[in-house]
Amino acid sequence: MTQHTPALRLEGIVKTFPGVRALDGVSFSVLPGEVHALMGENGAGKSTLMKVLGGIYQPDAGRIFIEERETVMRGPLEAKAEGVMFIHQELSLAEELSVAENVYLGELPRKRFGRVDWATLYARTDAILQKLKVRFDARTRVGELSIANQQMVEIARALTVNAKAVIFDEPTASLTDAEKVVLFDVIADLRAQGVGIVYISHRMEEIFRITDRISILRDGAYRGTLETAATDEDEITRMMIGRSLDLSRNAAAPDLGPVALRAEGLSCGHLFEDATFEVREGEVLGFYGLVGAGRTEIAETLFGLRTPTAGRILLKGDEISLGSPVEAIARGISLVPESRKEQGLVLGMNCRDNITLPQVDDLTAGPFVSDGAEISIYDQYRDRLAIKSPSWRTPVGNLSGGNQQKIVIGKWLSMRPEVLIVDEPTRGIDVGSKSEIHNLLRELAKQGYAVIVISSEMPEVLHVSDRIVAMYHGRIMREFTAAEVTEDGLIQAISGLTGDAA
Amino acid sequence: MADTALKSTAMKSVGGLLARQGILVAFVVFMVGFALWNPRFIDIDNVFGVIRSSAILGVMALGVTFVVIGGNLDLSVGSMLSFSAIVVLDLHENPAFGPALAIPAMYAMTLALGALNGFLIGYLRLNSLIVTLGMLSAIHGLTLTYSGGQNMDIANQSETWFGVFGRGSALGIPVPVLIFAGLAALLGMILAKTPFGRKVYAVGGNGTAATFSGIPRARVVFATYLISAFCVATAGLIQASRTMGAQNTVGQGLELEVLAAVILGGASLLGGSGTIFKTVIGVLILGFIQNGLLLAGLEFYVQFVVTWIIIILAVWLDIATKRGKLWSPIA
Amino acid sequence: MRDERLKTLLKGGAIWGFILLELVFFEVAGRIWSLSGNAFVDLDNMLLLLKQAAPIGIIAVGMTVVMINGNIDLSVGATYALAGIVMLDSMSWPFMEALGAGAIPLAWGFALLTGALLGLINGLIVWKTGVDAFIVTLGAMLGFRGLVFMYNGEQPTYHLDWTMVDIAEAEILGLQTPALVFLAVVLGVWLLMTRTVHGRNAYAIGDNRDAAVNAGLRVGPHILINFVLIGVLAALSAVAFYSGSGSVNPNDGMLFELWAITAVVLGGTKLTGGRGSIIGTLGGVLAIQLLRMGLGHIGAQTETVNLVIGTILIAVLFLDRQLNRKGAEELKI
Repeated sequence: MTQHTPALRLEGIVKTFPGVRALDGVSFSVLPGEVHALMGENGAGKSTLMKVLGGIYQPDAGRIFIEERETVMRGPLEAKAEGVMFIHQELSLAEELSVAENVYLGELPRKRFGRVDWATLYARTDAILQKLKVRFDARTRVGELSIANQQMVEIARALTVNAKAVIFDEPTASLTDAEKVVLFDVIADLRAQGVGIVYISHRMEEIFRITDRISILRDGAYRGTLETAATDEDEITRMMIGRSLDLSRNAAAPDLGPVALRAEGLSCGHLFEDATFEVREGEVLGFYGLVGAGRTEIAETLFGLRTPTAGRILLKGDEISLGSPVEAIARGISLVPESRKEQGLVLGMNCRDNITLPQVDDLTAGPFVSDGAEISIYDQYRDRLAIKSPSWRTPVGNLSGGNQQKIVIGKWLSMRPEVLIVDEPTRGIDVGSKSEIHNLLRELAKQGYAVIVISSEMPEVLHVSDRIVAMYHGRIMREFTAAEVTEDGLIQAISGLTGDAA
Repeated sequence: MADTALKSTAMKSVGGLLARQGILVAFVVFMVGFALWNPRFIDIDNVFGVIRSSAILGVMALGVTFVVIGGNLDLSVGSMLSFSAIVVLDLHENPAFGPALAIPAMYAMTLALGALNGFLIGYLRLNSLIVTLGMLSAIHGLTLTYSGGQNMDIANQSETWFGVFGRGSALGIPVPVLIFAGLAALLGMILAKTPFGRKVYAVGGNGTAATFSGIPRARVVFATYLISAFCVATAGLIQASRTMGAQNTVGQGLELEVLAAVILGGASLLGGSGTIFKTVIGVLILGFIQNGLLLAGLEFYVQFVVTWIIIILAVWLDIATKRGKLWSPIA
Repeated sequence: MRDERLKTLLKGGAIWGFILLELVFFEVAGRIWSLSGNAFVDLDNMLLLLKQAAPIGIIAVGMTVVMINGNIDLSVGATYALAGIVMLDSMSWPFMEALGAGAIPLAWGFALLTGALLGLINGLIVWKTGVDAFIVTLGAMLGFRGLVFMYNGEQPTYHLDWTMVDIAEAEILGLQTPALVFLAVVLGVWLLMTRTVHGRNAYAIGDNRDAAVNAGLRVGPHILINFVLIGVLAALSAVAFYSGSGSVNPNDGMLFELWAITAVVLGGTKLTGGRGSIIGTLGGVLAIQLLRMGLGHIGAQTETVNLVIGTILIAVLFLDRQLNRKGAEELKI
């Protein structure tokens, strides 16, 4: 039995927030030397569970065991003292401080009179950095490091203590392939030392590559644990979402109109260079590539938020220059931005006012905004997009992610744009809303809109697009039609493995 | 069970009312309490007296409300008030101007200062705290340079109609009260009802999202500083007219008192929330507290301590209701 | 990365370059315009500079710590006045008068204790209520000023003790006590911020508070300590100044908070916390004081000082932003 004493075991964890049962009796255990995946849709309760484990939230019921010893986590310090370490998804580093100070944050070695023992600090940190095979030293300022290297600093932090369990929360989100290899080596090392590892990720290929078992959460409830070797993507998906998500290829032959928007040799510094593409009325053009490939920057340029350094933009054949979003909107270009909460919505403002924001100047009776005109627009798009909100007065911040996204889409549809650009249409929203939004995008194209969809999810791009542009390092590598595209071809193109630009 | 449900609904609505209009409720309780204790407190003359003496602070607070809802600060209003009072008095005495030209000239100069604030903060996107801190100092220097460090006085006080803004009354209501009320009504409508007002909330609530919605953020911020300067000029006019003279430092320290009134009214320093009505309540609370304490025979400075406690309690209550916990969760 | 270093160097060195510029300018301009023909850059002048810079300077050092920590303190001016009043008033308490010269250190102690107590109040409120420090100390600025007035009405508080004056005017190497206290504070707090765990944690908390919380730092007590520190430093500033002057006016210290913040920002401390240096603040304080002295030296009206300092503050902010621009690739939001 001793051999199978779990490094970490959770039993019946319950956590409720006002109106939400975020965790509903979650139990699972991680063995020493095991990589245990934790999977679930956004909102399934993974991050709440991790916060309970880290002592940031106190559970309403349930118990936590470290090596079968019951433990109460009152705060991050306790978690650390118990040997439970976290690699956070959102980097939690102080950029102005050195690598060493970040690695030992909260535990700087002391000399007398509260002085920092720099020699020990740097020596210990450098020893850890050496294990990680990184090319920066303990004295480097964290702000000077790339995102991937900052991630390594986070990992180094986990190695400062004799960890019994390490939790990786989406660690590869911003890593290149080469950096991933290093990360997986580190994980393998930890595992060899008998550390229990919880690995949270959405990426199936990684899950199958490095994990031993998979536990699945849905709607805050534990749905079971699978042996990685004995399962497949389909089974996992079904457990995660309760049914299969329709992500069949888009096969419908589009009924194409004239070219709505064309970019020729468009560049913006080194963010993206020499981009040439066009989108027709009635067509969905997909942009696929890794984070940082320049897709979002192209969208921002088309929306007047960046000044192109070269090239031209043609709207219905006429060259246009866009100094600001105001001009772009006036020309009928709309952008549903990547970050809903930061760029898409004024969260404290109500649903109606968010939808009518771009056209509030036109909805007036005399000098005042007309309540009636606004409400009628809101009602129209609430019905059309099936927005679920208690009332138009509800602050948008209180809605679910899917409904928030519909508000942003409604905002732009109500402007009747010529070209609708949608950046990451379904990031962070639940499965039900996901397929609704996919259907909506197809529907809009059918109605004659020219739609550009930017996505990091391959199934999504394949599902909604008529044509797909693959980007790598600021360049368009290839363009595929729905008929010719293959997953392999796409992956090669966005990894820079195919030669010619389109 | 129906009974408890009813009770809990009732409690919820009371709690909701407190959360939304807590400051108003506190104001009413305070007024009733003081009136019971000393009926002179709600004597109409006393009430007008209080509003009249709050008018300068109040008019400034109206403008600052726009700035704060737009997500910025304006610490320059105090020295701007000194500037406008000194300028209007000086030009009044200047034979080339006289009262009729002095007033528009003073408005133009004060608005120019507001435009500078707005340009630096709106268009150049510089931090409003530091810019207006710098402007506080710079405008103070400008005023001193302009006046040569001398106080300004109107020589023949009986021969000018200039006193009407600070001393006059119409229909039995003091003119400063009328100006304050009129401006509050006008600006309140602009903020609550017009597209511009909506944009101020959007820019302050989430400036990035406002930009992504095609709202000219810089122009909106610029306009809030123009409004603030306009209000300061009006307050300066009242000030100069009331005393028919002014010191170079007449507005010193007012910037923070004005901000206190705006915050007391419930505007968040983060921007995007607050109303003109609430600011007026905040101003009146400060005014009536001062008055009540004076009526109670306490010195004027006791109000500072009371204001301190009230501001902290008001903001704390506001935060506590939002987070659902009285104490901060920070260890 | 080299570019980054260059920028850091530029930013760190800018204030000293500016001070050098001021020295050269006032020296040259003084020779051209000044009738007296006295040199501006001369030892006595520079020693005087340090002494005059001390009251705001000592407070600015504390403000640097609080701002690096991600907070701000607008109540320091009132704390300064109240500590001064307590110090001078305590000298005339019966048991203190009985002590003779022995009462002096006690009076200083009372003043510092006052500062610590006021800082403690601010710190506790910020920690326990979660109300933003800007609002808490804005309220305290009014409240503490009220306490100042309540202490002695609108009357000035005075007590001239010649032993105390002698101590205040004592000189070492030509530096009078206030200047020495200022330099000692700069050195002490510089060591605190660069060498000690508390200082490094202050940077970490100001830089990324969530990260600090996640790492298990006790952010609340840490912030509390820094508010006590700035309270004590405001009181120390009062001790250094009023020991010599012997009289406190209830309006003393008004706008000190704004001067201190100006010096701190000129010295390169980031408004949102996490970056800044005590030495930079020393530069900021000296630059402002040089400007005051220099404008007087060349016969400019003293009124111009405010105008020039305000303009420079905005100019610095503008330059800092230009340095941080990303050029053509920038997003126009």
